Amino acid sequence: MVESSLQTGYVKHAPGFVENEGPKLITSRFKHADSFTLDKYLSTGGYEGLKSSLNRSPGQVHDEVREASLLGRGGAGFPAGIKWGFPPEGVWPRYLVVNGDESEIGTYKDRLLMERDPHQLIEGVLIACYALGLSQAFLYVRGEMALAQERIALALDEAYEAGYIGKNILDTKFSVDVVMHWGAGAYIVGEETALIESLEGKRGMPRLKPPYFPAAIGLYGKPTIVNNVETLSNLPWILNNGASAYKGFGSESSPGTRMFAISGHVKRPGVYEVEHGVTTFRELFYGDNFCRGIRDDNELKMFIPGGGSAPWFFQEQLDLPLEASAVGAAGSMLGSGAMVVMDETTDAVKACLSVVRFFARESCGKCSPCREGTTWEEKILQRILDGDGRPSDIDLLLDIGDNISPGPYPAAAFSDEGLDAVPFPPSQTTICPLGPSSVAPIVSAIRRFRNEFDSLITRRDPIPLSLEVEKVVT
Amino acid sequence: MTDITSAETAVSITVDGKKVTAKPGELLIDACERNGTYIPRFCHHSRMQPVGMCRMCLVEIDTGRGPALQPSCMIECSNEMVVDTQSKKTIKAQEGVLEFLLINHPLDCPICDKGGECPLQDQTMAFGPGESRFIEEKRTYRKPIPVNENVFLDRERCVLCDRCTRFADQVAGDSLIHFIDRGNKTQVNTYPDQPFSSYFSGNTVQICPVGALTAAPFRFKARPWDLTEVESTSTFDSVGNRISVQESRDRVLRFTGVDSDSVNWGWLTDKERFIFEAYSNENRLSGPLTTNEVAEGSQKHAVATSWSEAYEKFVKAINETTPERIAVIGGSRLTNEAQYIWSKIAKGIIGTDNVDAQLDDGFSPEVLLSLNPSTIDKTCKPGGVIILLGADPKEELGALYLRLRHAILQDQCKLIELTPTKTGLSQLATHSIRVPPGKTLEAVKALSGEPSELEDDILKELTKVQKIIKNNDSISVLLGRTSLAETSSIVEEGAIKLQEYLPKASFLPLLRRGNINGAIDMGLSPGLLPGRCDLEEGSDKLQNYWPTCPTHKGFKTKEMFEAATDGQIDVLILLAADPIMDFPDSQLVQEALDRIETVIAVDIFATDSVLQADIVLAAATATEIEGSFTNLEGRISPIRKSVTPPGTARPDWMIALDLVQYLVPNLGPSTFKELCEEISLVSGIHKDFDFSKVEQIDKEGVVLNRGKNKTQTSLIKIPKQKANSFRLVVTRSMYDKGVLSAHSSALKGLAPGSRIKANPKDMEKLGITSDSTVRLIGLKGEIQTRLTPDPETTRGTIHALWNQDGPDIRKLIDSSLPVNDLKIEKI
Repeated sequence: MVESSLQTGYVKHAPGFVENEGPKLITSRFKHADSFTLDKYLSTGGYEGLKSSLNRSPGQVHDEVREASLLGRGGAGFPAGIKWGFPPEGVWPRYLVVNGDESEIGTYKDRLLMERDPHQLIEGVLIACYALGLSQAFLYVRGEMALAQERIALALDEAYEAGYIGKNILDTKFSVDVVMHWGAGAYIVGEETALIESLEGKRGMPRLKPPYFPAAIGLYGKPTIVNNVETLSNLPWILNNGASAYKGFGSESSPGTRMFAISGHVKRPGVYEVEHGVTTFRELFYGDNFCRGIRDDNELKMFIPGGGSAPWFFQEQLDLPLEASAVGAAGSMLGSGAMVVMDETTDAVKACLSVVRFFARESCGKCSPCREGTTWEEKILQRILDGDGRPSDIDLLLDIGDNISPGPYPAAAFSDEGLDAVPFPPSQTTICPLGPSSVAPIVSAIRRFRNEFDSLITRRDPIPLSLEVEKVVT
Repeated sequence: MTDITSAETAVSITVDGKKVTAKPGELLIDACERNGTYIPRFCHHSRMQPVGMCRMCLVEIDTGRGPALQPSCMIECSNEMVVDTQSKKTIKAQEGVLEFLLINHPLDCPICDKGGECPLQDQTMAFGPGESRFIEEKRTYRKPIPVNENVFLDRERCVLCDRCTRFADQVAGDSLIHFIDRGNKTQVNTYPDQPFSSYFSGNTVQICPVGALTAAPFRFKARPWDLTEVESTSTFDSVGNRISVQESRDRVLRFTGVDSDSVNWGWLTDKERFIFEAYSNENRLSGPLTTNEVAEGSQKHAVATSWSEAYEKFVKAINETTPERIAVIGGSRLTNEAQYIWSKIAKGIIGTDNVDAQLDDGFSPEVLLSLNPSTIDKTCKPGGVIILLGADPKEELGALYLRLRHAILQDQCKLIELTPTKTGLSQLATHSIRVPPGKTLEAVKALSGEPSELEDDILKELTKVQKIIKNNDSISVLLGRTSLAETSSIVEEGAIKLQEYLPKASFLPLLRRGNINGAIDMGLSPGLLPGRCDLEEGSDKLQNYWPTCPTHKGFKTKEMFEAATDGQIDVLILLAADPIMDFPDSQLVQEALDRIETVIAVDIFATDSVLQADIVLAAATATEIEGSFTNLEGRISPIRKSVTPPGTARPDWMIALDLVQYLVPNLGPSTFKELCEEISLVSGIHKDFDFSKVEQIDKEGVVLNRGKNKTQTSLIKIPKQKANSFRLVVTRSMYDKGVLSAHSSALKGLAPGSRIKANPKDMEKLGITSDSTVRLIGLKGEIQTRLTPDPETTRGTIHALWNQDGPDIRKLIDSSLPVNDLKIEKI
């Protein structure tokens, strides 16, 4: 499999990356067709960060990362340097697990990082292992990402052969093994405890925290650091250029750059590396350097700011900076950096159903509220779209949501309607946030576009003249 | 559960405004329940690890950061925790979860077996929202699918609580059922073409909180509210599991396990659970039988008779001969009370000491009585070392196996196996050492640092074991028979040596047969009198109650049969014993029975041995009598009557009391109460125990304080194995041709069949394959069979299962030999 792409020439890059102006910390090699090879990597400054790390003590490397305030890129935005300090003292062995199970709706940035610059990720893994004193790392790649798996496998082979991984790396006492593992295609495995279960060979279902904070009790019951692909890909640059240079990009609370994946009704969708915390949504969607406006110059109706689990934003929120805390306070999340833009032609109910259906199908089946609730929501939405809605269904939808995620659900503010923002995150009756995620589109859509639901529900004559027999059969 | 923790370690929490004390590390749901606040739950089960799956037990918990909804089954109590189980949020969440669970649950309660005892039903009434808002189509699946021979799964009803799957994985270690698919289509199922073949599958039915799992023997038999239940003890094996016997219209319909902290934790093996079917089988003996005086030809012909006639015949047979020509075999199925009175009849009235409850498949009582006693809890003490000297607990004492498994996996116990064959626990053992058959003593010698003739690689492993033993002060030994084709002395000597080496070690005898421990306590063993004393020390106490008492030690079972073949036995009384089936040397039994003049059998079925009896007294069985049971720890627990026996069959103690009157008119005891009093008066170990109030004992039972005798046995010489011979190892499996299994529709057909195994290297050397027929030649007989290659079988041995269909392995066993070595000839 590894050889096939070499023999037939380079496999065409998966589309998605857009080259634009601006600082490129982690996507600098994306423009080269052979960016994934060791030769190219070495000729563009590859493995220098590792060498620079090995010249320092692990503590110094850890300090450098802590100093850079590198925020986790998986969605929660927790500082990586602090997370690394969590494993309880004296408990060994410990593991590093790379979460490459990127499957949030609209997210495809990690996939590009794995496909186009696998060595950068591997170098990041090695730096993290060195800083934490680990000798075993696992790379968990999403099941569907065949090209990423192929290229990581190739890169691992090359790196092992060249002595970057394995025993006595670069003739030091530092030894690490990196194992790649791929999933069977479950969204929930992006949740770190479910990923660990899957890695252990079990069914991918989240564990309850506490006690299973991976940093304390993780893979095989040992302390485990789970980091996102993008987070680790930042490490070579930081170690090469230093924390202060890194902090020269982005805002004070969110240094560096971030990759955002924009899809939907914009003129130039794709993945952009953007300075963290400085750019606004408006600039991203309309700026010439970025997406260049909405298709057909339509009006923006709504957008999902950070993956399918995020409550929707609207025109009012366009000027928010791309920064986790600001977006969180406004009632949504920046999450994994996946944005879906929808223009005025979009049917809000259909869009809502589309997202809810995703969560209903991806529910792992563990917690009753999520397993039963998400499918129930999907069925009601489908029924409303089919014209069989009842006026009580809207309240029912909201109450089902309340039973999955009690209390007011995070939502954006509508100044003209006098509605305040409910800040993220939501509360939950489930173990993981998958169930509550299905509530996001429902609350967002109903709060803003109740009229669309109402018109679907009251569209039909109050007394149906004939029964639709086929529908009963299905 | 009632002990309040000591003040230093106790945790104080507030539940609904009330301050209560919790144990440190106790789960909140358990602490609340112990203090009178029931939090609804489906997935939580106190004998399994929490999973937090159903979300039913959500309550508002405040640990200082404000109240938040959290699952109480996953949260350990911490100091100053404030819990509100009645808050608006809690109630809304619980109602919400119940509504979710019910939207796809079929409302077929009127035809569901669980209806009436269904936690989903009950908790819906107590905690549910009252009505459903679900108008969509419900999820449907094919109605019940069998997950194995006895358990059916109705996936529509399943609420996916993970109890059965966790049980299979965590408790039984047979993770053959699992979730498949995901989201709303998640379902429990088996792997394709792999049934849930676990010895413990019935427990999943018991712990299922809805009607998703049902057991074939109970399906559609009764509604739970029509059942009358009594708490009793399973007499099937010597663990003495606590059970609930449930009956409707005078027919036992179900056994369920009762959670006894010190014994079975609520678990039962399928064999114990479904064995009740045999009790109500129509082939039960329903009245006394005798052989027709005018026998046609040489065939004995049994005819029904009256009890008085049967008794008179019994007395006549006894009176026509002398005490030393009378023998009594069996008695382990009987209650303690019946055992005592039979012991009195045999030893105190007839005056014979040829009494043995064991059929040469156990241990000599002298050895057992000289070992430090143990209990299951002591054996499973966290962090301790368990040495297995024989028998496979998984095959022979299933509930004990589950306790051992838990001790090893959860409580850091270390298991050391010194057995000739692999057992169900081998995978979990710290050291699983294959000691060649007959070499147990050598292995123990090596352990204690003495020279030993074992091979080097075994010695090397034993050195590692030595270290483990030295560093641990809690050492328990499980003492079972390594093989039925060898003398019990082999393991006995090992045990005695082990006790010398480790004076603090305690021993749990794995005698398998029902109430065998009670039988030994009551004196149904040669040389013993009630209270475990020998003939000399015991006779004083008995003077006032027993007209006579034997002075010389009598025969063991094997010796009785040997004596019988020499014409020295005239009357043989079989107390629910089937030696033709159960005694290792079947030819010896047949020869003996042919020569004995009168065979008297007290039994519940017409077994092969009963068919040869001249007088048959039909007995009642465990669900039909009141009495008590002594398990392998010496724990006494009650056996309770649930239904009436078939026909005129009577409890064993009643038969025995009648016979006392026939043999010595006006000799006591004459009532059950007098019988109970007499036991306490004559038996030292039972002197503080009131048998007439046995039904008041709680589910934990009472452990007898049994002293220790100082008796040893003489060393036996094990012959060296000749080159090119194969030592026969015969072990039991859970399911065999036993008479009870054969009469239970759920259990018959589960026996694995004869599998005679040999090491493939040995087979290669002899030039035989699994297709070639060979002759196995023992000293007494031979069989023709095929051999199954099995790399786990020790080289130089042949491993066979006891009592299975196929070639009769007993033909190869000569019980006069300490070990049985075979020759293999290719045909």
